[in-house]
Amino acid sequence: MKKNLNVIAAYTIMMGLIILVGIFQSWNIALSIFNLCLISAVMTMGANIQWGYAGLINFGIMGYTALGGLAAVLISVDPVQEAWSAGGSNILLSLLLIIGMVLAVRYVLKKYEKSKVRNYIIATIIIAGIIIIRFVSEPGIEAIEEVDPAKTGFLGGFGLPIIFSWIVGALFAGGLAFVIGKVALGLRADYLAIATLLISEIVIAIIKHEDWLTRGVKNVIGLKRPAPYEVNLQQTDWFINLVEKFNLSKLNLITDLTERQAALNQFVIEGSSIFVKLCYSGLFLIVVITLLILTQKALYSPWGRMMRAIRDNEEAANAMGKNVVKQHLLIFVLGSAIVGIAGAMLVTQDGLFTPGSYRPMRYTFLIWVMVIVGGSGNNFGAILGGFVVWFLWIESAPIGLYLVNLTTAGLADTHFLKVHLIESVPYFRFLMMGIGLLLIMRYRPKGILPEKIEIK
Amino acid sequence: MDYINAIVLLLNYIFVPALAYGSQLALGAIFVTLIYGILRFANFATGDMMSFGTMVTILFTWYFQSLGISLGILPTALIAIPFAIIFMVGYMLLIDKFVFKYYRVSKSPPVQLAMVSIGVMFVTQAVVRIIIGPSDRRFFDGEKFLIKAGEFKEMTGLNEGLAIKSTQVITIVVTLILVSALFWFLNKTKTGKSMRAYSDNEDLALLSGIDPKKIVMITWIIAGVLATIGGALYGLDKSFKPFTYFNNMLPIFAAAIVGGIGNPFGAFLGGYVIAFSEILLTYAYKKFFMYLLPESLEPNTLVQLLSTDYKFAVSFSILVIVLLYRPSGIFKGKIL
Repeated sequence: MKKNLNVIAAYTIMMGLIILVGIFQSWNIALSIFNLCLISAVMTMGANIQWGYAGLINFGIMGYTALGGLAAVLISVDPVQEAWSAGGSNILLSLLLIIGMVLAVRYVLKKYEKSKVRNYIIATIIIAGIIIIRFVSEPGIEAIEEVDPAKTGFLGGFGLPIIFSWIVGALFAGGLAFVIGKVALGLRADYLAIATLLISEIVIAIIKHEDWLTRGVKNVIGLKRPAPYEVNLQQTDWFINLVEKFNLSKLNLITDLTERQAALNQFVIEGSSIFVKLCYSGLFLIVVITLLILTQKALYSPWGRMMRAIRDNEEAANAMGKNVVKQHLLIFVLGSAIVGIAGAMLVTQDGLFTPGSYRPMRYTFLIWVMVIVGGSGNNFGAILGGFVVWFLWIESAPIGLYLVNLTTAGLADTHFLKVHLIESVPYFRFLMMGIGLLLIMRYRPKGILPEKIEIK
Repeated sequence: MDYINAIVLLLNYIFVPALAYGSQLALGAIFVTLIYGILRFANFATGDMMSFGTMVTILFTWYFQSLGISLGILPTALIAIPFAIIFMVGYMLLIDKFVFKYYRVSKSPPVQLAMVSIGVMFVTQAVVRIIIGPSDRRFFDGEKFLIKAGEFKEMTGLNEGLAIKSTQVITIVVTLILVSALFWFLNKTKTGKSMRAYSDNEDLALLSGIDPKKIVMITWIIAGVLATIGGALYGLDKSFKPFTYFNNMLPIFAAAIVGGIGNPFGAFLGGYVIAFSEILLTYAYKKFFMYLLPESLEPNTLVQLLSTDYKFAVSFSILVIVLLYRPSGIFKGKIL
């Protein structure tokens, strides 16, 4: 208990801050911060597994997040029958061709020795394959995109409950990570960082521009929810009764019957959106806690010990007969799959998929700040990092505004400097993140909650 | 005649823009490669340092414009650049002193330095956005075109026009001068040679009495020059927007790695490799074939290999291929 005092203290302070936001701003804001903190925590856990456990640097988090989001779309949206009949066969045929191409390349790789000729053969197969696939898919894609472009214009999904997408998102992201890992894991650390960053940009480019699959920048809105809708809640009796019970003391102060009803309606409207957010919080908490238990178990298992040994000294671990390449690939896939879950969770909560919003600043570098600030190698630290950094990311605008007002109090309200600074308040968050990261890297390089290894 | 038309068409839409874009990338790539070769880390703040330099150039340009100073047909920014360079070099040295020096002295692993550069990236980005805002800025003035498409058509009597923007010519000329000066410095002067020696083998260089502090300082000075000029030229040719500069970091990295990281000449050529392949693969060749082929064979599609949406993806794919088959880059750089 005493050993974990700093962990408990840090989390208590964090929850206290969120509750303060609830009291001073509103419970709605507090809960949406809390939900996004939870999602960020899942992402940081994914990145922490790769960086903290195995020392692999993965700057492709944005790509896996987007793939998770894509999974949410593909699982939950109802299939668009007309689009399938218009161009489905072409798409399926191209899919078969892609599989055929991959198999052909594999066959050549297995069958022939490494040589220049082999490289040329592979290049020919790929180029010819791409040209054939383009000819096959082009008419299909055009036909699909012409089906009611204002509303659909894409193939749609499977029409399943969106919760399944959390698993499918993990599979998608893990699959991509497998391919990237096969290609890039042999590289030196900072090279791997650049390569994954660029590959994630390719993934985003594809998601943005392949309209037949993702609707691209036209966005997919109105995804199904795992939680009830506010409008339905506001008309349910048990919910109204529940809200009435909660606010009884306030309601009793109002004597006029119509006024009382109006006040109650107001409470019900506010309460419904809080209730929906609480539902999400519950779902996300289940994911976070499950992952936390699993990752903690893994960290203290023989496997976790092996990973740390590989991280700290690759050659020595290799000499002890551990398969470094295979373990690196495994952990790369696992970590990315967790990030994929977070991506699906994010889209589930927002109810919309906007490929244009995936930017490396928000989805890659910010997550890395979270991992470093929280404490790499320590799961509690990583989660805390997600909470602290996301909290600051949201609350830095009000804090910045307060600071600007404080420092320029002597100036007139119309003074150009003051106006300019107040306009640029949103960018104070970048400044805070940067300075925070630099300070932590300098004075507490292991993060707020450093890695602690006890042999149990 | 048709052949000449086809060639002019390619010159106008592919060769000239790619040459200008490639020069801008090349300057950035040399910046990345120098930092990587001598300070030994991947600088993720590259794009934002360039945008910082451009911002200072813009501020000086505005100041000169308000004083009524101009260069006539040349953009005012050209006088502003030297002042911006002085400012930028100061900024680079300041960052090095307060941020990077600590990690260099304590011999941190390169990954940690890369992480620190992300912190610098955040701060620089914030400062740029707080000072000048996130919106699009054009700061070009003076004569816009060296040759206008219409004039060219009249002069030569061809169907296709060739438009050359003055910014494109300025970009290419300035890049050539700067890069030749840099290579002369690296290859002929004593300091340049000691820099290369330091990049090649640190311990040996220290043993032979090379002062590491001086090397690092000169590297940051050169970096400041490259960042300001590269950024300002890009801003003159297109426009200045902090977010674009951040994104430009990616093709710049690709150029540096394709050319062989740590090798300035490779980075220089890498810039052009990336620029040309991006534009060649995403250009619609329909008109080109219409000039060359007889009417019966004329294509009815755009003859575009990839849609322009995948412009960035092209350079990254080249990078992945290079990493797979020649991890040290086309022109042998450090093996990573």
